[in-house]
Amino acid sequence: MTTSTLVVKDLTIRGFRFKESLGRWDVTYSPYLFISPFFILFALVGLFPLLYTGWVSLHAWDLLGGQGRWTGFDNFGFVLHQRQFWVALRNTLSIFLLSAVPQIIAATAIAAALDTNLRNKTFWRMSVLLPFVVMPVAVTLIFGSMFGERYGLVNRTLAGIDLGPIRWHTDPLASHIAIATMVNFRWTGYNALILLAGMQAISRDLYEAAAIDGAGWVSRFFRVTLPQLRPTLIFVIITATIGGLQIFDEPRLYDQNGLGGEDQQWMTMTIYLYKLGWPQLNFGRAAAVAWLLFLLIIAIGLVNLAITRRIATSEGRTA
Amino acid sequence: MNRLRSAGRILGATVGLALTLAGCGVSSAPVADNSPITLTLATFNKFGYSDAMLAQYHALHPNVTVVQNIAATSQAAQDNMFTKLAAGSGLGDVEAVEVDWMPKLKQYSNLFVDLSTSESKGRWLDWKTQAATANGRLIGAGTDIGPEAICYRSDPFIKAGLAGDPAGVAQLLTGDWNNYYAVGQRFTAAHTGVAWFDSAGATFQGLANQYTNFFEQSDGKVIATTNPDVKSAFVSVLNASSTSSAHLQEWSTDWNAGLANGAWATMLCPSWMLGVISGNGPKVKDWKIANVFPNGGGNWGGSYLTVPTQGKHTAAAKELALWLTAPEQQIAAFVTTGNYPSQVGAYTNPALTGAMNPYFNNAPIGQIFADRAKAVKVTPYKGIKYAAIMQAVQDGLTRVESKKQSIDASWAQVVSDINALS
Repeated sequence: MTTSTLVVKDLTIRGFRFKESLGRWDVTYSPYLFISPFFILFALVGLFPLLYTGWVSLHAWDLLGGQGRWTGFDNFGFVLHQRQFWVALRNTLSIFLLSAVPQIIAATAIAAALDTNLRNKTFWRMSVLLPFVVMPVAVTLIFGSMFGERYGLVNRTLAGIDLGPIRWHTDPLASHIAIATMVNFRWTGYNALILLAGMQAISRDLYEAAAIDGAGWVSRFFRVTLPQLRPTLIFVIITATIGGLQIFDEPRLYDQNGLGGEDQQWMTMTIYLYKLGWPQLNFGRAAAVAWLLFLLIIAIGLVNLAITRRIATSEGRTA
Repeated sequence: MNRLRSAGRILGATVGLALTLAGCGVSSAPVADNSPITLTLATFNKFGYSDAMLAQYHALHPNVTVVQNIAATSQAAQDNMFTKLAAGSGLGDVEAVEVDWMPKLKQYSNLFVDLSTSESKGRWLDWKTQAATANGRLIGAGTDIGPEAICYRSDPFIKAGLAGDPAGVAQLLTGDWNNYYAVGQRFTAAHTGVAWFDSAGATFQGLANQYTNFFEQSDGKVIATTNPDVKSAFVSVLNASSTSSAHLQEWSTDWNAGLANGAWATMLCPSWMLGVISGNGPKVKDWKIANVFPNGGGNWGGSYLTVPTQGKHTAAAKELALWLTAPEQQIAAFVTTGNYPSQVGAYTNPALTGAMNPYFNNAPIGQIFADRAKAVKVTPYKGIKYAAIMQAVQDGLTRVESKKQSIDASWAQVVSDINALS
């Protein structure tokens, strides 16, 4: 009898203790459990390919034949000594700047316009997003023929107003502008909507206070909207950086060969990677380019973060 | 003619039956049971396999439904093929392959079903079979070849004071490449407002296919940068191009528009080009075909059907591939798209020899391309780097045509690009 009560007591104590520790674990570990699906997925589809690409880059590796001998950093050495690599770097940065900068400025302006009291708000907001719905392949095919040098619409229009034909498929800068145009056509509206959401979250009290202080719409935009928009801007700029540096569809479909032009005028890093990996079947070198591109994106992302923070903070202080 | 046809049909049926029997031994996938299956046939551009033809196959094999996926360009088909070969899944049951990718695929011949059977032996031209045979295994069933003639527009020819009829033009262009360029000089001097040929790149293809070892030795060693033939072809085409070319890079949107506008008077015309010309230039009425080719004959392109081992129904797919590449089916394809058969048995068939093409002012294309195929004397060796080297050289030609570089500077860059392929 006594022993059994003791046992029961012991069990209740144990049970209580177990429950208690459950509660503690709940507080300590549950949050991690809840966010773990993302990290498990990321490890599977993000981290593993990343590390595996690193492994590939250290070998002679044929696309179809698979793993060859260990070569150390030879692939990196080869790629870094190629003229085409540096041309690809130049093109990538140039197209990135030509697309990201005007895109974010235009998106901010459009978002500000949409943030005013418009009639049929939903209609205007949806129209801005329309180009984003169009398939990139379709966009590129249409723009590619518009930018044809001899029979293209753009050059024919230019000839109509007595401007010489622009060599869209021959001059590097002209081809970069043409490709940036396609990118901007697709992404400006998307970014505008994200920025608009950020703007809508800004407390209207701030604007009222600013208006009472006598601030016009220009200074309200620069002293209230922009500083308050900082987190959204950082997000938009970082995603635009990642997307811009990885640009592939548009340059790939810009001409019939898809290898960036006869003089590599618009061959971006991803096209160079593709050229090494697929037509040349050299997966090892392609993997090396992939890693160099990854490092480049991280570097530019960090620079962007620093710049965005500084701009937004200094403006925030003056406000 | 009727007797020939029915004989062909019986032959076809026997071949089909024999293949079914042979197929069982080759692959693990069962075909003997008649459970319904769907086979995907992946082609590109225009192979001429009409829906009616595939329906006919369904009638012969009620349990097999064939679905054809057509890629817009051979480039797209090639990308798709290599990506999915590497991935190990996702390819069609029957995959069309262009001759220039064959060298790469032959390295991995174990990824493809051996298509040789006692019945299909001797079906194709020898060199066509050779180019798809690796380690004694036939990995591609030949579809078409590309014997080359010269297509020309008669109106500008007459305007320039040259002969306008096919026989006269054939006489005019009989000779070597320098003769072709020289006639081009006479033509350009007449200022018709039309260029002599489309691009240096397209013309260079004609020269490249006339050498046995142009870019590579038969052991695979790359000689493109040291072979004097390559450099002299490069320079001579570009010298002619400075006055005679429309400077429109082949397959570009401007080139397609140029065809529609009749921007050049002559072009190298492998048989499969006929469909490209008539498709792009429905409004140009004066295209004709001259039964001639500079420096003799030449073959440009041509394709195969392959059966990747990754497919589920490889035996049934093999049967389909061999049926499609039988003479009857390839003759039907020739009549619709102009793709000239690679099957020896097709060449004596009246349906082929009597074929005419209304777009080319009723040119007797059956006769012309039979002659052009006979004129092909050289089988170019194409190794695994051929396509990449050709791309580097083509880029070099375009750089000069777009006035970005001098011939010498462009050649120097070609050399460094080719060296980077090793």
